[in-house]
Amino acid sequence: MTESTDLVVRLSVENLQVNLAGKDVDVVSEVSFSVAAGEVLGLVGESGSGKTTVAHAILGYARRGLEIAGGAVRLDGRDLLGLPPAELRRVRGASVAYVPQDPGSALNPVLRVGTQLREILTAHPGTVANVGDRVREVLAEVSLEATADMLRRYPHQLSGGQQQRVALATAFALRPSLLVLDEPTTGLDVTTQRHVLETVRDLCATYGVAGVYVSHDLAVVRELAQSVGVMYAGRVVEFGATDVIFNAPAHPYTARLLRAIPSVERSHVLEGIPGQPPRPGQRPAGCSFAARCPLVVDLCRQGPPPVVSVGQGVHLSRCVKAAEAILPPVQQALAGAARRADNADSGGLVVRDLRASYGDTEVLHGLDFQVAGQSCLAIVGESGSGKTTLARCLVGMHPKWRGEIAFGGQRIPQGVRARPPEARRALQYVFQNPYTSLNPRKTVEQLVEQPLGYFFNLSRNESHERVVKVLEDVALSTAFLRRYPDQLSGGERQRVAIARALVVEPDLLICDEVTSALDVSVQAVVIELLRDLQVRRKLMLVFITHNLSLVRAIGDQVVVMSEGRVVETGPTDDVLDRPRHEYTVRLVEDIPKIGAASGV
Amino acid sequence: MSVTADKATTPPGGPARVDRRQWTRLLATASSRARGRLGLALTAVVVLIAALGPRFAPYSATQFVTTPFSRPSAHHLLGGDDLGRDVLSRLLAGGWVLLVMAVAATAIGLVLGTLAGVCAAYLRGRWDGIIMRTVDVILAFPTIVFALLLVSVVGPKLWLIVLAVGISHAPQVARVMRAATLEISERDFVKAVELWGIRSWTVMRSEVLPNLSSPLMVELGLRLTYSIVIISGLSFLGFSQPPPAPNWGLMINENRLGLVANPWSVVAPALLIALLTIGTNTFTDAVGRLAIGVGRGSEETAVVAGLAGAVMMGELQQFPLDEGVIEDPEGADNQEPAVD
Repeated sequence: MTESTDLVVRLSVENLQVNLAGKDVDVVSEVSFSVAAGEVLGLVGESGSGKTTVAHAILGYARRGLEIAGGAVRLDGRDLLGLPPAELRRVRGASVAYVPQDPGSALNPVLRVGTQLREILTAHPGTVANVGDRVREVLAEVSLEATADMLRRYPHQLSGGQQQRVALATAFALRPSLLVLDEPTTGLDVTTQRHVLETVRDLCATYGVAGVYVSHDLAVVRELAQSVGVMYAGRVVEFGATDVIFNAPAHPYTARLLRAIPSVERSHVLEGIPGQPPRPGQRPAGCSFAARCPLVVDLCRQGPPPVVSVGQGVHLSRCVKAAEAILPPVQQALAGAARRADNADSGGLVVRDLRASYGDTEVLHGLDFQVAGQSCLAIVGESGSGKTTLARCLVGMHPKWRGEIAFGGQRIPQGVRARPPEARRALQYVFQNPYTSLNPRKTVEQLVEQPLGYFFNLSRNESHERVVKVLEDVALSTAFLRRYPDQLSGGERQRVAIARALVVEPDLLICDEVTSALDVSVQAVVIELLRDLQVRRKLMLVFITHNLSLVRAIGDQVVVMSEGRVVETGPTDDVLDRPRHEYTVRLVEDIPKIGAASGV
Repeated sequence: MSVTADKATTPPGGPARVDRRQWTRLLATASSRARGRLGLALTAVVVLIAALGPRFAPYSATQFVTTPFSRPSAHHLLGGDDLGRDVLSRLLAGGWVLLVMAVAATAIGLVLGTLAGVCAAYLRGRWDGIIMRTVDVILAFPTIVFALLLVSVVGPKLWLIVLAVGISHAPQVARVMRAATLEISERDFVKAVELWGIRSWTVMRSEVLPNLSSPLMVELGLRLTYSIVIISGLSFLGFSQPPPAPNWGLMINENRLGLVANPWSVVAPALLIALLTIGTNTFTDAVGRLAIGVGRGSEETAVVAGLAGAVMMGELQQFPLDEGVIEDPEGADNQEPAVD
């Protein structure tokens, strides 16, 4: 695939292949793309798609257990993969730079910011005339003031956003011609993320750097990148200009992925992608996506799909039906049915003057809100807003709070131990991370059955029936009963966790960031499921999230939190379309947008 | 709603393994490594000698059948001891009691230590203080002196020695188990159960304990090795079975005067004790290496962080890599069944 623009091609990757070391099993194969000087390519895909492996391979590096088996990575015409080790070392740092996901771990914690930056410059002598000048210059470029105070700080004295800026500064210090970024804004709040993205874009444009931005977040890529490569099961399934990919995707996977993304701008039902991508070594002879594709035809399974050029410009799709890959329309009817299920107040959730503290530090400063029962309340806030503390107060994990919490007309005591069993049953909690919330030594059946044993006195058969029924509710068959958590995918684990909460028939279900550890296609499935269960089981659902985009898909009501206070509350559409508080306004503005026309 | 039911296919990891208990898997894997196999073989040889030896002993262990300190001969393969008893017969008969005592002491130490450590870490607060300060006090007593003290007060009873050695192990076990429990009780699955208002004892037993099997296995091996050394040491000093009875530790003491005349009377029991401790220690080492490699999540972070630094400095070739093969690419650790 070659870029047919006037711009100089800086980086071109040709037929890159990465195998499991010593085995003939490809992890990534037939990856080809090119990036022009000053442009950013977004490499998107879900976990396991091979995007990080590609990013590492561009640096000539393969993680232990993997080996680069073929292909070329040309930087300004020179193949990096063919260079001898010593030469490759010289190239890295000087003309190739890397920014990892977690800035906290990229910076040496015992070196001051100034020392850190100077070290890179002096490690490649002769590249910079005046080290001090360059340090000040590069810090200014990432919008940090190069004051003596800043240079003397240690990484832990910086905020997450500042750390990522310093990491960017070290990457740009030697004026590289290629910059590889591996999800550098994950974990930053939206406002900081926006600033970091702008900095990356400006610097790449200014210095003619080719950028490769690896991300699972399509909205971020849409804001930043000029072209996009969509990866699935180790291959680039679609490649093209950003606008084209987002407005007229030609591969069914891209189209479905776009539908799974929640968005603040429009109200819609999320549509997940059932199933899982095949793992290396188990990929079918035909199209890897065939098993999950709604448009699958026999031809798909017979052999690898050809790379087809679609439309004008560079737009390639690895699909036999690329020219006519049009999905059936989104099921709009469901949206109406699911959303308007709120009925008269039958004992909602009331929080009055809730104050909570850790030690002497008060983190919740008098929260007040009231939500009707049997509806879905979304609580949104950035990290540090106190939303998780609020959840911990509600479930009784954080017993040191004052004020009043009432549900269904009953006041709830502070700690778990002070609550009567009935209150503990009525209020269930689903944890953020399904990888830690299930005991690895228990089977799915044991996990789901466990709370039944504590809250009810049921016979073996009765409890088994209940377990089977609740697993059915979360769309898991009886085949899962005997499996252990490590045999399940992330989405399946989270469904087991939800089943464990639902099996005791709670009235209030609190979900704390339950989708943040999941891929978007899986997230959509879980959100749909929760929405559906809330209506069918007449639950009240409290959904806590940092992701404002999810609120539209799930919340009837929304509470926006900031710095331990409720800044805005009201019906979801009102708050998102006409935010009144300046904080909400800023939050809505700073969120990366997918764009209006992804209805396909 | 359009929630699609998952197909009931077998997971990619193949059909579910029959035995899912972590400790058996750990032992099985450890035994398949060269280090583990060596340790297991050494231990097995000594244990077999101790267990089956008495049946094959050519003479009685206590009768005088030859001249004191006679050299090895066709009739007495390892010669005679200080009183003219057959060394080989005494060797074959003298290991069983030692082994049983070591195992019993280890069991006592593990049970007490685990109980103390798990309770201290899980219950926190006052209990943590009381238990751990008690542990510190016990730790301040040297094991041998403690055992000698007890024996000199009550008399040389075997159960007393076992108890003394067991108790002296408990503090170290308690410390290790406390650290492991602190980490596990912070995990969400423990909190999930706590939210139902379950009694602490039940949480410790059903949620925490099953997840402690790796550190427990390592401690088991380590404590067994120490027990063997301490108990043979005590036997050497005479604090074990009374003299006519054969005992490897005692044999070394009895025969040391005749070391030159018949070296085998001293070397043979010493060699068996040494082989046993080396065997158990080597096997424990194999288990320990596997147990440490179990948590693979942190390794990922370290690799990525190191990569960033290395790329910056252009030093990627010298970039150190952790042990352990990562079979699944791209953080699939999280997505898929971990095969190990």
